[in-house]
Amino acid sequence: MAAPLALLLIVAVTIRAALFRTSLANLISERVEVVSPLNAWKRVVEGLALLDLDISPYSGDVFHETPMVIYLFHFLMDYAEITFMLADCLTAVALYLAVKDYNKQVFRKQKFALEADRIPMDCLELIRSPTEMYYIPLKVAMFYLLNPFTIVSCVAKCTCGCLIYGSALLSAIFLALATYQSIYPLTLCVPALLYLLQRLYIPVNVRRSSFWFYTLQYLFMFLGSLLVLICLSFFLLGSWDFLPAVYGFILSVPDLTPNIGLFWYFFAEMFDHFRLFFLCVFQINVFFYTLPLSIKLKEHPVFLIFMQIALIAIFKSYPTVGDLSLYMAFLPVWNHLYRFLRNIFLVSCVLLACSALFPVLWHLWIYAGSANSNFYYAITLLFSVAQILLVSDYFYAFLRREHHLTNGLYLKKKDGSEATLVLK
Amino acid sequence: MGLLSDPNRRRALIGMLTRLNAPICMICYMAGVAWFMGLAFEPFTLRTYMSENAMGSTMVEERFPAGERALATGREFAAHKKKTGGMPVDWLVRTMQARGLEVYTQRFSRKLPFPDEDKERYMVKGTNVYGILRAPRAPRTEALVLSAPCSPGNENNQAVGILLGLAQYFRSQIYWAKDIIFLVNEHDLIGMQAWLEGYHHTNTTGMDWSPLQGRGGSIQAALSLELSSDVVTSLDLVLEGLNGQLPNLDLANLFYAFCQKIGVLCTTQGKLPRNDWDTTSGYSHAVQTMMLMVLKQASSRPWGDHGLFLRYHIEAASIKGVNSFRPYKTDATTVGRLLEGMYRKLNNLLERLHQSYFFYLMPSLTRFVSIGYYMPAFGLLALILLLRALDLWVQLSSPPTRTTEDGVEVVPASPGVLSILTPLVISHLTGVALYTLPVLSQELAVEHFPVSETEAVVLTAIAIYTGGTRSHDTHRLLAGEGTEQGWKVLKLVAVLYLAVLLGCTALINFSLGFILALTLVPLAAFITPHVPKTLSAVVMVILSPGLTLLFAVFFFQELQETPVTLQEGWMLYLSVISQGILDHALYGSLLYPLAALLVYPCWLLFWNILFWK
Repeated sequence: MAAPLALLLIVAVTIRAALFRTSLANLISERVEVVSPLNAWKRVVEGLALLDLDISPYSGDVFHETPMVIYLFHFLMDYAEITFMLADCLTAVALYLAVKDYNKQVFRKQKFALEADRIPMDCLELIRSPTEMYYIPLKVAMFYLLNPFTIVSCVAKCTCGCLIYGSALLSAIFLALATYQSIYPLTLCVPALLYLLQRLYIPVNVRRSSFWFYTLQYLFMFLGSLLVLICLSFFLLGSWDFLPAVYGFILSVPDLTPNIGLFWYFFAEMFDHFRLFFLCVFQINVFFYTLPLSIKLKEHPVFLIFMQIALIAIFKSYPTVGDLSLYMAFLPVWNHLYRFLRNIFLVSCVLLACSALFPVLWHLWIYAGSANSNFYYAITLLFSVAQILLVSDYFYAFLRREHHLTNGLYLKKKDGSEATLVLK
Repeated sequence: MGLLSDPNRRRALIGMLTRLNAPICMICYMAGVAWFMGLAFEPFTLRTYMSENAMGSTMVEERFPAGERALATGREFAAHKKKTGGMPVDWLVRTMQARGLEVYTQRFSRKLPFPDEDKERYMVKGTNVYGILRAPRAPRTEALVLSAPCSPGNENNQAVGILLGLAQYFRSQIYWAKDIIFLVNEHDLIGMQAWLEGYHHTNTTGMDWSPLQGRGGSIQAALSLELSSDVVTSLDLVLEGLNGQLPNLDLANLFYAFCQKIGVLCTTQGKLPRNDWDTTSGYSHAVQTMMLMVLKQASSRPWGDHGLFLRYHIEAASIKGVNSFRPYKTDATTVGRLLEGMYRKLNNLLERLHQSYFFYLMPSLTRFVSIGYYMPAFGLLALILLLRALDLWVQLSSPPTRTTEDGVEVVPASPGVLSILTPLVISHLTGVALYTLPVLSQELAVEHFPVSETEAVVLTAIAIYTGGTRSHDTHRLLAGEGTEQGWKVLKLVAVLYLAVLLGCTALINFSLGFILALTLVPLAAFITPHVPKTLSAVVMVILSPGLTLLFAVFFFQELQETPVTLQEGWMLYLSVISQGILDHALYGSLLYPLAALLVYPCWLLFWNILFWK
């Protein structure tokens, strides 16, 4: 499996390197779909220039990256392209390893269930075979690396964070890093915890002390590393400037540059005295679903992670297509759900059409001046609706498969006729 | 959401859509065409009205007195033009300076990718002369432009005369709040392109020009005047600009309002507005006017010198004087007064024209159809593609399982990626060849064949276009025999591709999108490998983008009431192709790359499906 992965990495790096050399790179790094005020390379360069002049990079209203990133790029400025390619590759390899690990677990669990005869006989076609699972990690890496969205964001030098997890401490540190980069990965804390609990065979039970002990231990590690990171930033920079400039900027959404998210148009139109209220309403969307989803999916933390990443990508304040590509990379993991998906045709048509319409309507609005922001926002809305449909469709399919695994594939009504499942 | 989650109702709906797919598609197509034809019917259209507050209610008085003197200046200009054999730069500079303007010149040169045989030019060198009248009333942050081309021969002398006359008259008025720039541009659009690029410090087409020495504020609106006779019977308004862009409708409303006020006959597409909409001839008149506009817009080229302003977010239109055999004539003073009135109203603008529509069609100068009314016509056609795609998707996701003698169900193998990718890649490579080779290989062609460069370019393009149809079984190149599933997947891809392509095109340039949809959609809907080959091949060729252009040329001539014979039509067709390539190289018109790189490959995909084995 190493050889195809290496080949894939080489192809991905070649495409990126080739694109960096063309004039397309400039064009892409200007696109609002790809870069957000949070992660635009132009702004990083600006911040670096300020830093070189011994001025706090946060003194203007341009730079909103975290202090660690600016110091990282301070040393890697000349190797920026390589850094981005390397980051993409590392993320892909991490995804590859994580999914491989996950597959092993799924398979083990399935074997136990089979041996214990817990799966109804007619569900055998729902069982996943090792041969079809063999290629999934590779497919995930491929989906991530060759996704046009990932490629354009790499070329645009977006500084999106990446997430990996292995051992408890490592996972806590990486999660803290991701949270430190942008607040939203905070919600991933729950699935990561669930995943680790599952690996250690600790049942999720509020009355068991081992559960609480482990949870507290994990939270302590997470918060501790977050604190260390923030303090480190403070010592690097010598001021707390970065807190309002980074986290205040993410939470209060002062920059209303159009992007593929839902915030900009809404807050541009809003009266100021409603702003705080709706800000809370909008921001709560990201965190709101964590609890019900964790309760529902407590047995399946990896699926929960997928759902959370997708929800973050949809509801965060400055989303880019890079966020999209991260959760889309997980889609091959769930390709056994394919037979239960209902709206996949509709959703993929809409996503395809929207991706083409974004640049067209942007052109009509900004360059031709004949359309206006409503046109662009309509597409943004449609895009978000399609993403939500996609995620909820996968959620439904997942639950339905679980339902079938316990109740049998061919359900009968009480009178013996064939039953249909209705989601209401 | 019941429809999305309730499996029974979904099944019923999808069952109905797949069972009745063909009839629904037929109905959609006919409804789309009927809707489009209905757009010219007066009760379905809106009357034009002035939306811009700053231009609506305020009254201005037109007092321009000096039409005769302007014509005399025009004659003087003509004499100097004849003497210098081109733009009389020194004379123009002197004359403008004498009228109290700040005068500057701009030199430019451009080598065309191949000789333009229509206008007989290859290495273009010229000079633009412009004078700025500084606004006495306000900070000079905004400007208006009045331009007249310096055309070869005896054309447009009167336009330059009136321009200079107006400059003299405007100079003595004190109410100007915007700079007014009087521009005489040489080599029509090439000069205009050089001037606009110089004014905005951009260089999009790789032209050489000297930087502008003087500049006014940001340009709010521009009018381009074309006038070749001392008296006119009517004035024609030209709106269609580069890539089908149109100026704000208020500019047309302004022109119409002043024509009404001063009593000048005004037309658009050379057609007078008529009142007898309830008669057949009245309706067909409106249809003709609208179709002319649709064809001109679809051509994506600027139809007057104003066409390039629109790219810079400047509302602009051309006004052409027409002198026909009608007895009632309008003199130069009246034309001058009309322009004076329009400029005074534009001078009142507080912000850019934006209140009225940017997306519209005009079945007459007094009537318009906005985007909300015409988009359904396109939407109905695009719906066919989506229905066909849905049908294919349903067929693909529930493959007909054949039962062999043993009772074992055989599921047809899913098609290899190669059999889909190969046609996609090869057809796009053909498109790239069609886009690049004609201009690149002109020298080679001229060496080996007895043709001129222009003919070489056009004939190479046609040769590649027809040659591309040879690549009809590309899927077998790498993947061996095609399967039943294979063509369905390819067709699904092609149909969705076409839908997205046409949708985007129609948003930018409705007319182009609609004309392409009119021909490509039926073809995309009915093509399968199982229809009779020869007949369908003939139909496909007839509906291909290249022949659509040929029909459009004949149709356009027919509508303009200058019908051509087959021979002339063919020559015209060749020159239209060369003009299209030139427009792309000179001004950045997008029709040629769109057709070569996207539409033609898409058509080739369907061609591949027809010959699927």
